[in-house]
Amino acid sequence: MDRREDGPVSGPIVRIEGLTKRFGAVTAVDDVDLEVAPGELFALLGGSGCGKTTLLRLLAGFETPDAGRLLIDGQDMTGVPPHLRPVNMMFQSYALFPHMNVAENVGYGLRREGVAKAEATTRVADALEQVRLTEYAQRRPAQLSGGQRQRVALARALVKRPKILLLDEPLAALDRKLREGTRFELVRLQAELGLTFVMVTHDQQEAMSMATRLAVMNAGRIVQVGSPREVYERPATRFVADFIGVANILKTEDGWLALRPEKIALSVERSGLANVVAGKIVDLAYEGDRSLYRIATDGAVLIVSTAPNLAHRRGDSVWLGWAADAGHPLDA
Amino acid sequence: MRFVIALPFLWLGVFFLLPFALVLAIALGTNAPDSVPPVELGIGLKNFALLFTDDLYLAAWLTSLRVATTSTLVALLLGYPMAYAIARAAPERRPLLLMLVVLPFWTSFLIRVYAWMGLLDENGLLNQFLRWSGIATDPGTILGTEWAVHLGIVYAYLPFMVLPLYATLEKMDMSLLEAAADLGARPFAAFLTITLPLSLPGVVAGCLLVFIPAVGEFVIPDLLGGTETLMIGKVLWDEFFTNADWPLASAVAICLLALLVGPIALFQRQQARSLERH
Repeated sequence: MDRREDGPVSGPIVRIEGLTKRFGAVTAVDDVDLEVAPGELFALLGGSGCGKTTLLRLLAGFETPDAGRLLIDGQDMTGVPPHLRPVNMMFQSYALFPHMNVAENVGYGLRREGVAKAEATTRVADALEQVRLTEYAQRRPAQLSGGQRQRVALARALVKRPKILLLDEPLAALDRKLREGTRFELVRLQAELGLTFVMVTHDQQEAMSMATRLAVMNAGRIVQVGSPREVYERPATRFVADFIGVANILKTEDGWLALRPEKIALSVERSGLANVVAGKIVDLAYEGDRSLYRIATDGAVLIVSTAPNLAHRRGDSVWLGWAADAGHPLDA
Repeated sequence: MRFVIALPFLWLGVFFLLPFALVLAIALGTNAPDSVPPVELGIGLKNFALLFTDDLYLAAWLTSLRVATTSTLVALLLGYPMAYAIARAAPERRPLLLMLVVLPFWTSFLIRVYAWMGLLDENGLLNQFLRWSGIATDPGTILGTEWAVHLGIVYAYLPFMVLPLYATLEKMDMSLLEAAADLGARPFAAFLTITLPLSLPGVVAGCLLVFIPAVGEFVIPDLLGGTETLMIGKVLWDEFFTNADWPLASAVAICLLALLVGPIALFQRQQARSLERH
């Protein structure tokens, strides 16, 4: 079974009903309903100020909602302070304690819980091994690289065996190369542990590649929830179509249509596809694994992506074509 | 450029090192009441020997250290919550609160100490109030006791405790406290395990800034303390002006400096280290 395809199977681990949070005149989270199933890697995706981080902080208990309810594993979390919630967070800045070494950082939560010393030592050692930091146990955070710090933060949260791991922009502070590797590592870890991850990210690629399901947020509301494939193939609104990947948004007589760049065929001769339009190459970029074009047509400039191709030149006249079912109609 | 760097050193050389050498030379000489200045230069350690053998001086040293230590601790206990409250107040209110801490500096130190005399005197405002309100018909007098000296020192040096503490508490990363709460720490446990250890540089700086001047303090014990509170700063003054024994007074000054070199060096090192970290 493709793990990216299955929806909720048992009772939700997170259940959010009409949750609202205001900061002065700004409604950061606006009447949000959401359910997350156990074992999901759920992503909250949106631009800055969309309310995704506030929603995560409401889950952790750092913010108290103005309205609505939040249940974790069936338990109402209203009025439950952060230190009593069965969730742990990996902070964007990692928030490692600078005056403690790696082992002390990881063991901090166990000491607060009153876990017996011998057991705590074993669990810390296991957690450090899980993130391959055993040799760094005695180092201070300041003596670690960015990637190592990220793994300490991860181990510190995981060692508590939370019901849900909250991740605030888990990859944002890493450089691009490290980000790719860490992405796979997090997904692998999540699958191995079978733990529910709720992750906040502004990076649609990150959300698409990691999440089993994701919620696209805008202006404090959830615009669409679904698997990455559903959201990509069948975006509900122009906002989602535009935010997730690159989309050409076309006006048709019935409304709006989202057309992904890779669904458009580019040819010198007119093709026999259902929709054809003539155009001229305005810009082109050879990217190694693909070629990207901006093509001026009668109505609009369309973005087209093809297999790597060096045959075309700027200014060439070309034909674009796409199948009848290539586009996806949008609500608004 | 070289001149700009040399200037402070020149300044220190002329106005600190040179006078210090003079004081040291006088301390090694003998008292000569009939000559001007009343010193006969020479190389002798009898002034220092006297300081360490005469009970009076030893008692003065111990009193100074004791008063300075307790005052520093009281200032820390008062100053920490103040600094904490200011650092956690709404950002737009912090300048006002800091201003209130610094406000007493706008009035001369001496006048403020005299004001305390007016408060603590036998017929001072405090006792007038106690008699008027009937709380005590025959209240004792605080002025002239070691209590008054403590009160004066804590009052005068509290801002020096609050400001460095505020500086370290204010720049603390609040996400560390959220992380502590997230990992199961109650607010008080988070304070003890995160806030307090991370504010230690501020604690050390504040304590030294209060302790160092408190040890050598002269005005407060002289004006607020009685005859039984003999502190080393007052002894120095008396030897110099009342007894006109310059060599002995100089020896006291040298010893005071030697005593404070340790804490001052500690303070400098700690400042340098916190500079490195940023």
